[in-house]
Amino acid sequence: MDDLLSLVFLTLAATLRVATPLVLCAMGGLFSEKSGIIDVGLEGKMLMAAFFAAATSAVTGSAWAGVAAAIIAAEVMALLHGFACITHRGNQVVSGIAINIIAAGLTVVWGTAWFNRGGQTPPLVGDQRLLPLLLPNAGDNILVYAALLSVPLTWWIVERTRFGLRLRAVGEMPLAVDTAGISVPWLRYRAVLLCGLFTGLAGAYLSIAQNAGFSRDMTAGQGFIALAAIIFGKWRPFPTFGACLIFGLLDAIAIRLQGVRVPGVGEVPVQLIQALPYLLTVFLLAGFIGRAVAPRAAGVPYEKEH
Amino acid sequence: MAAAPAIELSGIQKSFGNVHAVRGVSLAIAKGAITGIVGENGAGKSTLMSILYGLYRADAGEVRIDGQPVRMESPHDAIAHGIGMVHQHFMLVDTFTVLENLVLGAEGGPLLAGGLAAARAELERLAREYGLSVDPDARIADLSVGEQQRVEILKVLFRGARILILDEPSAVLTPQETDRLFRILATLKERGVTIVLITHKLREIMAATDHVYVMRQGQIVADRRTAETNPEELAELMVGRKVRLQLDKIAATSGEVLLAAEKLSLVDHRGVRLLDNVDLEVRAGEIVGIAGVSGNGQSELLQILSGIRRPTSGRLTVRGRLIDAHHPTDPAEMRALGLAHVPEDRLRQGMVAAFQASETAILGYQAEPPFCRNYLLDGPAVGRHCATLMDRFDVRPRAPALRSSNFSGGNQQKLVLAREMAREPKVLLVGQPTRGVDIGAIEFIHRELVKSRDNGCAVLVVSVELDEILSLADRILVMFAGRIMGEVPAGRADERTLGLMMAGAHPAPSAVEGA
Repeated sequence: MDDLLSLVFLTLAATLRVATPLVLCAMGGLFSEKSGIIDVGLEGKMLMAAFFAAATSAVTGSAWAGVAAAIIAAEVMALLHGFACITHRGNQVVSGIAINIIAAGLTVVWGTAWFNRGGQTPPLVGDQRLLPLLLPNAGDNILVYAALLSVPLTWWIVERTRFGLRLRAVGEMPLAVDTAGISVPWLRYRAVLLCGLFTGLAGAYLSIAQNAGFSRDMTAGQGFIALAAIIFGKWRPFPTFGACLIFGLLDAIAIRLQGVRVPGVGEVPVQLIQALPYLLTVFLLAGFIGRAVAPRAAGVPYEKEH
Repeated sequence: MAAAPAIELSGIQKSFGNVHAVRGVSLAIAKGAITGIVGENGAGKSTLMSILYGLYRADAGEVRIDGQPVRMESPHDAIAHGIGMVHQHFMLVDTFTVLENLVLGAEGGPLLAGGLAAARAELERLAREYGLSVDPDARIADLSVGEQQRVEILKVLFRGARILILDEPSAVLTPQETDRLFRILATLKERGVTIVLITHKLREIMAATDHVYVMRQGQIVADRRTAETNPEELAELMVGRKVRLQLDKIAATSGEVLLAAEKLSLVDHRGVRLLDNVDLEVRAGEIVGIAGVSGNGQSELLQILSGIRRPTSGRLTVRGRLIDAHHPTDPAEMRALGLAHVPEDRLRQGMVAAFQASETAILGYQAEPPFCRNYLLDGPAVGRHCATLMDRFDVRPRAPALRSSNFSGGNQQKLVLAREMAREPKVLLVGQPTRGVDIGAIEFIHRELVKSRDNGCAVLVVSVELDEILSLADRILVMFAGRIMGEVPAGRADERTLGLMMAGAHPAPSAVEGA
């Protein structure tokens, strides 16, 4: 019995650990998408942040310097996206994909140039990482708590503040915001910057908390999973959090089931379980969650004079 | 005038690229009165008001509010000077409640709770003072168009505006809703609000305003007290020549039924019933008009009648050919049967904006001689055909090689109409024949439709403009919520009855249901 309890506890702890970058990333993406800026570049921002977190931490020896560098890196990418999509009214999906490609390429190039480890950063030890706070073996990192806190915070900002009201409005009907005398670009830039902040934290978590260093393409599609979580959650913070937990749980189970023989089935191919989140995404999006209602103006550049 | 006018514009200029939209406009809007600005589509009315509201920046000129020169850099400045605007297309967030829309941009602090409570109290006060009641917690998407417009007006008053600009406010309203709007405007005026009404409907200018400015081609061409003018004079000033507002036509001599629909129903993928047992008949030599507020199934009906869409149930007979679930059709076959369709959205369905006028003029007939020989288009023949149509339908400029999008709305419409009428169809479906078309062209298009009726064509006209239906149609059907509410012979039709039917009331009180 004790075994079962501890198994459940460990699986839940693992779920939370795995879900942390998804949650942070999804909350960031939520701000951006609520404002009408589609962000398929979550992945790239997170990857860039992960690289700078590990690189800075390795060089300075301070995990907190790493976190700061991660945020700055993600913000630079976010501003790039904003510049392309808000100021120049570019195609948001194209810009997002470009950001992913830039991040995938640059992190490897810089990593190889600076550390000569085939794109990896040196392994981080001691204060170079963010370590568990209270429970030594559960990985209850400060960023895990930050992720948990980010959900009610996001909900409160979106639902209860002036900024949130305007954010929701600008994603639905930017003209209404403009005619109410509020700047559409400035509002959207703030949303994109918030997105950068959260993806920065997500990236830092990956390379200096969950892992001990950066390795190439270490985000492994988690930015896209976060995006899928936003859609499942119908652009609402708590349901989105729930979706992140489901993906996290599937991942945690996948790790648990590695090499385990299931009676009657035999060894479950680990690839199948690893593919579950992606299969689930396709399944759910194909209609199980009902119609997902995106902010109406998402993806549409705002043009005033034509 | 002793007191300074509420608004004074002098020498306002505005160009978009090489289009000179506003050319040196000067005018004065009197305080506490209703001033109308009337002009055809494209005369520059909306551009002028957008400048006043700070949405566009004027290239030159001065704006004075209460005698003080002001800079209008953004709507924010306009709001600060007490100007509020009710746009033709509502600036409301559909997913928000009335209250949330009201406070947007005037939240009263970084947290919402306090602002929303204050707004609720203020809304009650405004509702009492001006007789503008709406449910503060209703979602915009659930409100009728008239109610949404009231929210727009409340939004403006909530911001403390003393000057209210309304841009084509009646475009989406039934006649009853329009009357109600005008009563609200009269109340506002009594309370000292200055109102500017932009419209192209002369009847509304005559009914609601104290003073009227007429715009033509970006300039103010006349300035009249409403009491001292009449619709004929205003129409002439708008167009720049004499216009006949009344359409002359002889009584219809209707023949055999060329188009008949029986129990047509259409249910979309969400299970919404868009058409509900529609029956209609159109005979040779008559014009049947379908009236109704837009979005009540007229578009879907046209799509089915023209073969673009299949009905869920019911049948259709076009010149003896039966069409139902077992005998489907397509637009090409309908065309071959002698049915022509002038779609209501000419930019998306009637033409390809990037094509030359000559290409637009053969769309749908491109595979037929003389335009096409051995799978190749005969350019010169296409060009000649277009030139002929342009002459006959007075399309300006006479330039077959010009891109379709470079023609004005009226000329585009004439081109599409010319294309469809050139084949002398036996059945002609016309959706919104004069949407976005100027008065001069309206007159022409109406005459052409009557002419083709007199030649024995069965004409079905769908229009949201009641005036148009009243002057064109021999029989009028009214649509509401996908149903035909009833039929009224043109001779006995009046706006009141039709308006009630457009709002879902049956002519006979016993038949009112589910509306």
